[in-house]
Amino acid sequence: MIHSRPIHRAVLAATSAGLAVALIAGCGGTTKDSAPAAPGNAPASTKAADPNATIKDGLKITFLPKEIDNPYENIVDKGGIEAVTELKGVGKEVGPSDASASSQVSYINTLIQQQQDAIVVAGNDPNAIAPALKEARAKGIAVVTYDSDAAIDARQIFVNQANSEDIGRSQVKLISSQIGGSGKIAILSATPNATNQNTWIDFMKDELKKPEYAGIELVKVAYGDDDDQKSFQETQALLQSIPDLKGIISPTTVGISAAARYLSSSPSKGKVALTGLGTPNQMRQFVKDGTVKEFALWDPSQLGYLAGYAAAALASGQISGAEGETLKAGKLGTRTIGKNGEIILGPPTNFNAANIDQYNF
Amino acid sequence: MRDKLLRWETVLLLLCVAVLVYGSTSTTGFASGDNISFLLLDYTEVSLLALALLPIVLTGEIDLSVASVLGFCSALTGTLWNAGMSFETIVPLVLVAGGVLGAVNAGLIVKFGLPSLAVTIGTLGLYRGLAYVVLGDGAVTGFPENFRPLATDTIPGTFLPYATVVVIVVGVIVAGVVHYTPVGRSLYAIGLGAETARFSGIRVDRVKCALYIVSGVIAAVASLVYTLRYNSARADNANGLELIAVAAVLLGGVSIFGGRGTVVGVLTALLLMAGLRNVLFLDDVTNEIQNVISGLLLIISVLVPVVANLVRRRRPAAASPAPPPRTQSQSLPDPVGAAAAPGPPEEDQR
Repeated sequence: MIHSRPIHRAVLAATSAGLAVALIAGCGGTTKDSAPAAPGNAPASTKAADPNATIKDGLKITFLPKEIDNPYENIVDKGGIEAVTELKGVGKEVGPSDASASSQVSYINTLIQQQQDAIVVAGNDPNAIAPALKEARAKGIAVVTYDSDAAIDARQIFVNQANSEDIGRSQVKLISSQIGGSGKIAILSATPNATNQNTWIDFMKDELKKPEYAGIELVKVAYGDDDDQKSFQETQALLQSIPDLKGIISPTTVGISAAARYLSSSPSKGKVALTGLGTPNQMRQFVKDGTVKEFALWDPSQLGYLAGYAAAALASGQISGAEGETLKAGKLGTRTIGKNGEIILGPPTNFNAANIDQYNF
Repeated sequence: MRDKLLRWETVLLLLCVAVLVYGSTSTTGFASGDNISFLLLDYTEVSLLALALLPIVLTGEIDLSVASVLGFCSALTGTLWNAGMSFETIVPLVLVAGGVLGAVNAGLIVKFGLPSLAVTIGTLGLYRGLAYVVLGDGAVTGFPENFRPLATDTIPGTFLPYATVVVIVVGVIVAGVVHYTPVGRSLYAIGLGAETARFSGIRVDRVKCALYIVSGVIAAVASLVYTLRYNSARADNANGLELIAVAAVLLGGVSIFGGRGTVVGVLTALLLMAGLRNVLFLDDVTNEIQNVISGLLLIISVLVPVVANLVRRRRPAAASPAPPPRTQSQSLPDPVGAAAAPGPPEEDQR
């Protein structure tokens, strides 16, 4: 390559020039610690809430899920649109077909142009959507997050499905009642660094310290990586390595269905209890064939419903997102707004043979 | 040929006007200054990547790794920023990194004579993977507020975003080099036949090397805009954006086989895509339908020149007394066609 020699020299020169500039610039400049903080960007609508204000008619409220083709999110948004319709508003669902960080920004900007009254969004990237959401708020649009929060100062209310403590502790209660209060148990989780699951597991361990669970011993936490095949094999391994295992908690929808599938065809069916977080449709056959007695999950349509009511109340000035305000949420009753504008849907719903057929998701 | 090129760009421009008229009459909110600047802003990174791709495609090669270079540079920005480095230092480092990634592409393609399609599909995955190695699957935020307005704000009093000015500057430079310098003419020559170009004294390898390095640097510029605009450095930033950039280049009338295309065409195509996307968004057209529309548009854009050529060739064939029987394959260089319709080398039909 005779010709590439001069190129080599040119590249070398450019690279060294770049590095030299970097070195010189390195002597001063804006670093993470010295960077000016983002301006407060005080929202335009900080006027005090009037709890007696009526919900306005014809509010335009849009639900923006993480991605439009996710069946779970579709159920959530259907619940939300139902709430908006109840309140004589116009609800719709729009969203990107990929759950990438920035794809939601285009949608938020579009919704600003469409002069929506409220945006309800499940953030893919809490920071990437923050500037656009702040812009929406500056234009007087109410901003609610649900399912997955955005940066706290970019939205007024976050509707959380259930608090982590409730989820963790209720799982222990479920398994304890199913194994008669004593015996060895194991946990089949998602990935070792999954934030949700690890928080829940910490609360499970804390709950197990209570005297009423003294007979229960947590012997192992296994990780199925939210992969169906791996979860299936981990279940098999748990049963073989711990012959006197009494129960498994799997706080992930992938894990619990894989574990149920293994158990239903193994001799341990009905002897080793299984509970966790799963969807009724996924678990129906295993509840019917006796592999699983009871498991839990929040009702996704109620999550959307609550977010819909929160958005309408915000847009009508009934609430402002301040701690201690009360939100009237139709058939769900009332909710109190907690710290950082967070509203919690409530404890998860337990599903068993008696009620599972009432749910379809 | 020149007329025909002009004609395709005119078609694009007319389509742009059609979108503009349709948008401003049918859709509230389209014609506002805010919306126009958002529409432009939304396409800055794609535009930069398309401008990086254009000269490469002119030579008959491709660079599918541009969006992955963007992702890697964004991840690098995040990591360095987190490590406490000043932003002024990070900028030149990231530009160098982009150039180095481009040089790796160039080395593999030019030194080892590997097909650029295969190499850049490989580096598309490789660079994206390295981005995850550098930053993991987290996100870095809190970029300095004295730089961010350059990527988010408009020039005071106008609806023109600063980032669009960057695109225009890069566009003017690329256009200047491609259309008004000997190097630019050599790109077309290489695209029409690398061997011929080599024999006529063009240093093909050298030109190609430079193109890939420049492409990496432009992608690095795009990464800085992207990172600042979203205030978020992530390894998955701009995932899949390369396809939109390639689509813009093709829609702009650039031949995927090289040797034909203009900067004006590509910029008009970008404007058309940005406007169309914006109107469809405002009309609540779902993603699936949007994909159908942009897919059809692209197919039409590559179909039109082929059909036009077919029509043009058939005519002299019917007129001349004894043309030898034509082969099925339109994709082969056709000496008869060339003889029947003598013209500048851009006539090449491949």
